[in-house]
Amino acid sequence: MRLRAIPLSAWIGIAGIALALFCAIFAPFIAPYGESEIVGDIWAPMGGDFLFGTDNLGRDLLSRLIYGARTTIFVALAATILSFSLGMLLSFVAAVTGGFVDQLFSRFNDLMMAIPTLIFALVVLAVLPQQLWILILVMAILDSTRVYRIGRAVALDVAVMEFVEAARLRGEGTGWIIFREILPNTLSPLLAEFGLRFAFSILFLSTLSFLGLGIQPPAADWGGMVKDNKDGIIFGISAALIPGAAIALLTICINLVVDWLMKRTSSLKGGRGDA
Amino acid sequence: MPGGPAQDQGRAITEAAGANPQLSGQAGSDTTTQSLPAASPNDQGSFSPWGSFSRNSPLAALILQRLALSVALLFAVSLMIFGGVEALPGDFATTYLGQSATPQAVENIRKDLGLDQPATTRYFTWLGGALQGDFGTSWASRNSVSEQIGKRLGNSLFLAFFAAIISIPLAIGLGMLAVQFRDRLVDKVINVFSLAAISLPEFFVGYLLILFFAVQMGVATFPATVYDGMDFTQRLSAIALPTATLVLVVLAHMMRMTRAAILNVMSSAYVETAELKGLSGLRIIARHAAPNAVAPVINVIALNLAYLVVGVVVVEVVFVYPGMGQYMVDAVTVRDMPVVQACGLIFAAFYIFLNMTADILAIVANPRLRHPR
Amino acid sequence: MPERSKTDLLSVRNLKIEATSYPPGEPPKTVTLVEGVNFDVKKGKVIGLIGESGAGKSTIGLTALAYGRGGVRITGGEVLLDGQDLLKLDHAGIRKVRGAKVCYVAQSAAAAFNPAHRLGEQVIEASLRHGIMNRAEAEKRALHLFEVLGLPNPETFGQRYPHQVSGGQLQRAMTAMALCPNPELIVFDEPTTALDVTTQIDVLAAIKHAIEETHTAAIYITHDLAVVAQITDDILVLRHGKMVEYGTVKQIIEAPTQDYTRALVNVRGTGREEATDQSDTLLKVENITAGYSNGFKVLQNVSLHLPKGQTLAIVGESGSGKSTLARVITGLLPPQEGTVTFDGKPLPPALRGRKNEELRRIQMIYQMADTAMNPRQTVRNIVGRPLTFYFGMHGRQKTERVRELLDQIEMGERFLDRYPAELSGGQKQRVAIARALAAKPDLILCDEPTSALDPLVAEGILKLLLKLQEETHVSYMFITHDIAIVRAIADSVAVMHRGRLVRFGPKSKVLSPPFDDYTDLLLKSVPEMEIGWLEKVLKTRRMESAGN
Repeated sequence: MRLRAIPLSAWIGIAGIALALFCAIFAPFIAPYGESEIVGDIWAPMGGDFLFGTDNLGRDLLSRLIYGARTTIFVALAATILSFSLGMLLSFVAAVTGGFVDQLFSRFNDLMMAIPTLIFALVVLAVLPQQLWILILVMAILDSTRVYRIGRAVALDVAVMEFVEAARLRGEGTGWIIFREILPNTLSPLLAEFGLRFAFSILFLSTLSFLGLGIQPPAADWGGMVKDNKDGIIFGISAALIPGAAIALLTICINLVVDWLMKRTSSLKGGRGDA
Repeated sequence: MPGGPAQDQGRAITEAAGANPQLSGQAGSDTTTQSLPAASPNDQGSFSPWGSFSRNSPLAALILQRLALSVALLFAVSLMIFGGVEALPGDFATTYLGQSATPQAVENIRKDLGLDQPATTRYFTWLGGALQGDFGTSWASRNSVSEQIGKRLGNSLFLAFFAAIISIPLAIGLGMLAVQFRDRLVDKVINVFSLAAISLPEFFVGYLLILFFAVQMGVATFPATVYDGMDFTQRLSAIALPTATLVLVVLAHMMRMTRAAILNVMSSAYVETAELKGLSGLRIIARHAAPNAVAPVINVIALNLAYLVVGVVVVEVVFVYPGMGQYMVDAVTVRDMPVVQACGLIFAAFYIFLNMTADILAIVANPRLRHPR
Repeated sequence: MPERSKTDLLSVRNLKIEATSYPPGEPPKTVTLVEGVNFDVKKGKVIGLIGESGAGKSTIGLTALAYGRGGVRITGGEVLLDGQDLLKLDHAGIRKVRGAKVCYVAQSAAAAFNPAHRLGEQVIEASLRHGIMNRAEAEKRALHLFEVLGLPNPETFGQRYPHQVSGGQLQRAMTAMALCPNPELIVFDEPTTALDVTTQIDVLAAIKHAIEETHTAAIYITHDLAVVAQITDDILVLRHGKMVEYGTVKQIIEAPTQDYTRALVNVRGTGREEATDQSDTLLKVENITAGYSNGFKVLQNVSLHLPKGQTLAIVGESGSGKSTLARVITGLLPPQEGTVTFDGKPLPPALRGRKNEELRRIQMIYQMADTAMNPRQTVRNIVGRPLTFYFGMHGRQKTERVRELLDQIEMGERFLDRYPAELSGGQKQRVAIARALAAKPDLILCDEPTSALDPLVAEGILKLLLKLQEETHVSYMFITHDIAIVRAIADSVAVMHRGRLVRFGPKSKVLSPPFDDYTDLLLKSVPEMEIGWLEKVLKTRRMESAGN
């Protein structure tokens, strides 16, 4: 693949993601103040000592934004990787094994998907203790239902191909068929799907935090920061919008990259008929 | 919860297509009457009454199947909502009273809430009640859950209804516009904006609108409180901003999916045939593309409506609107389980119902099923 | 360049067609699909465009409607219809030609009919919209055409929806749709390619009858020279978007001047004598009944056997169960009844129950070499995997053996590190053969390995298979619908129809009279490279039915 074949929109996306990752990784070095350090007045305006102003407790918004990138991206990424591994594994096993296993997995998945994700999460988080790993796990399991559905469809597309049948006839095991025959042929759509799931995870985590069920204070995370500062809106204080914009921009960047990946995938399939 | 419907898009399409696998490709043998049966799920038990019914009227059979599936799904969901809560760790009495409560107090409250009875008994009591519209009493407020829900459900539906009647025509219009000018500037602009809109969290859109319209311009009200005795126009003005938020959030998804559905039809061989017949662009769209695009577009709408019911949760919290969503979120924070269970079940029921409607409409719109061989 | 004469309806001059391709990860590039093509269609005459896939025949055919499919653009030359250059018309002008003066019959009528409307409405639509006739006239004409085309119940046929009729009927309905507005020219784009051979002959006869009766000129596009010889007056042979030879049917079939045309006419010169020596039985299939879980039986009580080192051809149309038989033998579909015996020992019915050694001895070659090889593996890995899997070969030894195999399939070691996408159709099929050979099998199941290939390439593959059989003494079970291939390579033949074995025995016996009804129909339906063959067959059929 050549670099100049990547469209401008995808470059913008890649740059945005890179910036967010940079903030997340080097947060302690680039943040001007501490994560929960009270440095000034409540809701100090933008500019001056504090680039984005201060929040509802007088903490530096920029610093919290940088630390928030760390929490938000870490949790969302962990949940996505987990949900992806789980969904892929189960869906590929279902697609390759077929029969009863496939039926069992798929029907259970239908059941999980019959409840809207947010509602499901609300019910589950109402009973479970508020701990980070539980949050990640719940997000991952709920999201894996979507991954499962797509993974199964993609894998079935490939699994009916004759080269998979040929491998079966040769006597190859399930592991070989999944990892050597099917997986390499599904990477492109799955990569796009991974981006989509990641964007979704960020939005989902932010929503949960905004509702007070995600990451617990005083740790900074973007959704939680919106919740902290939402009461300022009515006084015309835009502190809540800054973390909101951060969420939006990062998701837009991811979606730009995904959009390009998807176009690439579909153009691989080519046209129809006798040219 | 942003990003909902896009995830379900693939599902709807596979289900619509999967509804009748025996329809595709029938080139080959020139003998219809004896054509080889491509495996159809309905052909099982060819001599049973159901078998002959599904052969004679596949449409009705498929719809009945889909209805039965929804009922089964709803039942399973009720089991999951109840059983899931049951199987999870933590004792509610303790949670309810706090860690320092005396064992006697815990015992009393357990009895009081009926937690001392076996789980199956409680489940059937709960389900029986739910079927009659009785969801028990709230642990937190001691009020009847059904009474509270009765008021709030109406508010939520009011909000969702207005969001729907604004976003549906807008989404279809924009989707058709994008198709008409596909790969040209209009399409690209719509694409970029909708991509951005998909990426915005509801609460961000909501607060942005509040800051702009309610605080700075003062043309809208915040918070969006509604109460008994408010007249219709007052209500409308109260829900203006939450409705706008919901519309913005759901519009992008619906429009992108509409565009994809129409484009799919426009690139089919029968549209090419119409073009090679020298028909006008308008006639091709109205007569040849539209009848086949109706089913997928209806599907798109129903899926997005299902999502709207859920999107309401966040928007209600943002605007402090007294609907189901806010009720549920409040209940979750104080762990008021009867309310959480009731709201969860009702939301899930709406979601299942709308998904079912989408599938059934897709089945009805399929000419192959309307006119069996 | 020939001069246009007064009787010419359509004259194509110096045609150049280009398209933009978007290779993934690279900037778009323009490719020339067709260049320097000239031909004429006289009023009421039929021209055949013939060539391999990718020769540009459909693309050229569609220029008669000034239409480019996908990103295809007509960038040069003239397309004169009644002296008017279609390429100079504006959009409204072109619309007046399409569906009125020039009509189109697509290869897949099943996809080309709108599923939402009744057939009758679609057939008369163009006539009404172009104001050529009123509804009553159009319906009358449609009825007449349904009769001419031999459609069942012509009065009510138009009431039906596309999914309610069979593929052959749809193809005829599509022809009726094209004929309805009384066009001057019809473009037939491989109208019978997707049909079974016994269906094809009826559709072919119907089309021929209809265009003769209506005096419509036609462009008939196909890859099958024997078909085109039955229906056209002139033939234009195309290759890689350029003209190879252009002449009358008689001249092209009987006295071709170009090597390529000669090869097309004389395809399947290979062949060999039927083996007569009685060697041991390798494969024995006894009383196999197989089907799917819904109770439908795809195979019923099939028994046959195959001696070592010989070739058994399984012939039948789509739906006859011939591919299912292969699935039963490989163990992909365990039979409900019956046994498969291999080299004297019964084979476990299901794939899971078979040992690797049993799997090794039966290999398979597929129709579509494209999908039969993992696009993400190189030739080295594709051919090398069975060596590692069955014989534990690694490193130099393995590479050496892969080289030998590539030599055996007449491809050099320079192909070692290529991906399937970098190979031509014929090369892919050769690699698939090498992969099968790598396992040193006793039996190779060939599932229509040549039917997706162009005639000359297919010829090469058949020759290769015969050579390999001589060298390695492997047995073939060769599944095909093509009688000519059977004649060329089989020792014994099994004819299948609707899941049953209708005829089985040595080739000389199966392919000579007395025939059963089905074999007779099948053999007579295969187009022969002979002008007037269609009339001859139809005549004998009429005589037979009159005699009954």
